[in-house]
Amino acid sequence: MIEVKEDWCKGCNICIDRCPVDALEESDKLNRRGIRPPRLKKENDCNYCRLCELLCPDLAVTVIPDKEDDKKPMKKTLLTPVGGKIK
Amino acid sequence: MVDIKTAEELNKKYLREGMWPTIFCNGCGIGVVLEYTLWAIEELGWDMDKVVFASGIGCSSRLPAYINADGLHTTHGRAIAFATGIKAANPDLNVIVFTGDGDCSGIGGNHFIHAARRNIDITVIMVNNFIYGMTGGQLSPTAPLGSIATTAPYGNIEHPFDICGLATALGANYVARWSVTYPYQPIKSVKEGLQKKGFSLLEFLAPCPTAYGRRNKLGDIKKHWKWYDDNTILIEDYERIMKYGSEEEKEQIKNKMQLGVFQDIEKPGFFEGYEKLVNRLQEKKSKTAKTKGRK
Amino acid sequence: MKYKRDPKRIREVLGKKVQFILGDMACVYGGLLAGCSFFGGYPITPASEVAEGMARMLPRVGGTYIQMEDEIGSIAAVIGAAWGGAKSMTGTSGPGFSLMMENYGYAVMTETPCVIVNVQRTGPSTGQPTLGAQGDMMQVRWGTHGDFEAIALTPSTVQECMDFTIEAFNLAEKYRTPVCVMTDGEIGHLRERIILPDEKDLKLINRVPATIDKKKFIPFTNSQTRKSKVPDFPTFGTGYRTYVTGLTHNEKGFPATDKQPDHERLVKRITTKITDDSDKLVMVEKIQLDDAKIAFVTYGATARPAESAMEMGRKKGIKVGLLRLKLVWPFPDKLITELAKEVDKIIVPEMNLGQIVHPVREYASGQCEVVSAQKIGGEMHLPNELFKYLEG
Repeated sequence: MIEVKEDWCKGCNICIDRCPVDALEESDKLNRRGIRPPRLKKENDCNYCRLCELLCPDLAVTVIPDKEDDKKPMKKTLLTPVGGKIK
Repeated sequence: MVDIKTAEELNKKYLREGMWPTIFCNGCGIGVVLEYTLWAIEELGWDMDKVVFASGIGCSSRLPAYINADGLHTTHGRAIAFATGIKAANPDLNVIVFTGDGDCSGIGGNHFIHAARRNIDITVIMVNNFIYGMTGGQLSPTAPLGSIATTAPYGNIEHPFDICGLATALGANYVARWSVTYPYQPIKSVKEGLQKKGFSLLEFLAPCPTAYGRRNKLGDIKKHWKWYDDNTILIEDYERIMKYGSEEEKEQIKNKMQLGVFQDIEKPGFFEGYEKLVNRLQEKKSKTAKTKGRK
Repeated sequence: MKYKRDPKRIREVLGKKVQFILGDMACVYGGLLAGCSFFGGYPITPASEVAEGMARMLPRVGGTYIQMEDEIGSIAAVIGAAWGGAKSMTGTSGPGFSLMMENYGYAVMTETPCVIVNVQRTGPSTGQPTLGAQGDMMQVRWGTHGDFEAIALTPSTVQECMDFTIEAFNLAEKYRTPVCVMTDGEIGHLRERIILPDEKDLKLINRVPATIDKKKFIPFTNSQTRKSKVPDFPTFGTGYRTYVTGLTHNEKGFPATDKQPDHERLVKRITTKITDDSDKLVMVEKIQLDDAKIAFVTYGATARPAESAMEMGRKKGIKVGLLRLKLVWPFPDKLITELAKEVDKIIVPEMNLGQIVHPVREYASGQCEVVSAQKIGGEMHLPNELFKYLEG
């Protein structure tokens, strides 16, 4: 699951555009600047590749792997993400 | 060993409290360059008390204010000369220079050339957005032929500056160019550049939707970032296609910007050589005290 | 290799106590005695000998010498080295000094201590490279853009070149500002006898490093450990994590460019830290002024023929005295006002078209006649020429 610092988001939507499995969308709530921060879709294939976290220009997105989703098959990305394996 | 795994923890460790969010426009690539640098520093495990950032004037040169370390925000184009002085006074410090395309290749060209020639032990991270963003969108030396800027309203008729080619010719120890749009290779490359002794140059092609993208009809942020994907090519692929590819493929890739590591050598740095000189003179102590003549 | 000032090593490198050397080399000796450990320079006549002397001697005492690519790079490296913890200096002449103006202002704004030796030559532009002049005296005070206070010293002999360089380092470290030593081509290329001071007679002032708790330290405000407008110096690498910028900044060092009171507070503190001490900063030499009716007010190389002219006048019975300014900026206004009350005429001989005569006239406030004795073209005044001013 992802955690978004809402007041830091500037609404560039790079995370939404660049997610390789299209797991993000704009949420309904507005932050202090009137921007709609991203959130995970209800049905998503997030495989913790962390591209959204690494590409966000404002360091506003953090990816936290949920423990109970271990049984979901993890898709292999081309290179191992920085930071090593998930906990 | 890397013990930080999330952006949340990176924030707390490396950024000054209360300064975020940044002044950069949304869709700007400069914030991403900062993050790649911080991830690389985290992997190396450097002591932030001994890291000094220097920068010139411009959007990319505002970065040291956000980082929780010593920073020197200097005059336009002279950041590399200031960094030479800092390193000369205390060679144990790790000096990183953030600069922009106009700052480094325009007004600061001379200082860049000589620091690379001397192989001063600093790392220069040049953020190239093809325009002078902070002052409103004037023409930059690295702008592609035909691009529009406020001081080139009918199209640019000058040829662009290839700073990586210049650094390679001067014999800099590490020269690389990356685009901001994919994270893994740039982070590894920044790590290599920081560790390398001698002069390292990392050029980052970053989008500027506000000043460059809008005037050159590159569309919104999504299309602008995609433009980088479509118009860049890795150097290994470029060389392979040029050697073995068909005429059609060669035609397609001829004008794309090349990314990758251009040079990776091990020449001794300036301060290593200077220390040897000082030690050599100290050994001749007894002889010099006796020499008469011109002092 | 971090520098540590080793007095024995410095004496070994400098040599005998009494020597016969060039004015430029005397500046090098002064720098080394004061503990200079970084020199960034560029060759220019008549100051190339400063760079050459430093290139020979600085590596032998463990300092760093770099010949930079131009004067702008030189002054930039000098300021960077000062923040890295070194005492640093550079040497240049008129054209190079003009190039350094932007970064000179940067050093003033960021309160960086450094020393610039300006061996003046005729101008404007390339002028006469090998001949001396005093044409930069106003430039050192007003050259860079904006409001600031300058400190400038003017030696008249080769011995003073050395002593004033040491004094320049002391003033730079005390007030955290760049200080200029304004010699000229005549003194710079003159050979005279000097006597090196003993270690016990040498008084050196070093910058006060920041030592208080890192969370409480505020870098750009009045000192938190003693009563002074000059803040303690947080050298890079000691863990204070300071952000230094040339933009108008608040007390913590971050840019604050939107409001008028922030800028006024900062610039007033930077200028008053020097002007508050203007009484302590008076360095002059008074010769036979007690009963004088005419006075020469002079500085630098012109003091020498002026002294001869004064003696010629005294032999003829004219009551003439000499006031030699050793430190020209901040200008000794109160002294000039008092002098103007006592004499009828002040003559200001200068090797330019009249620069220091203007503040003299301003502070004399019409109480006496002020005459400007100008000579340009690279030749010094002859005593006969100055004697004519005494009669006429």
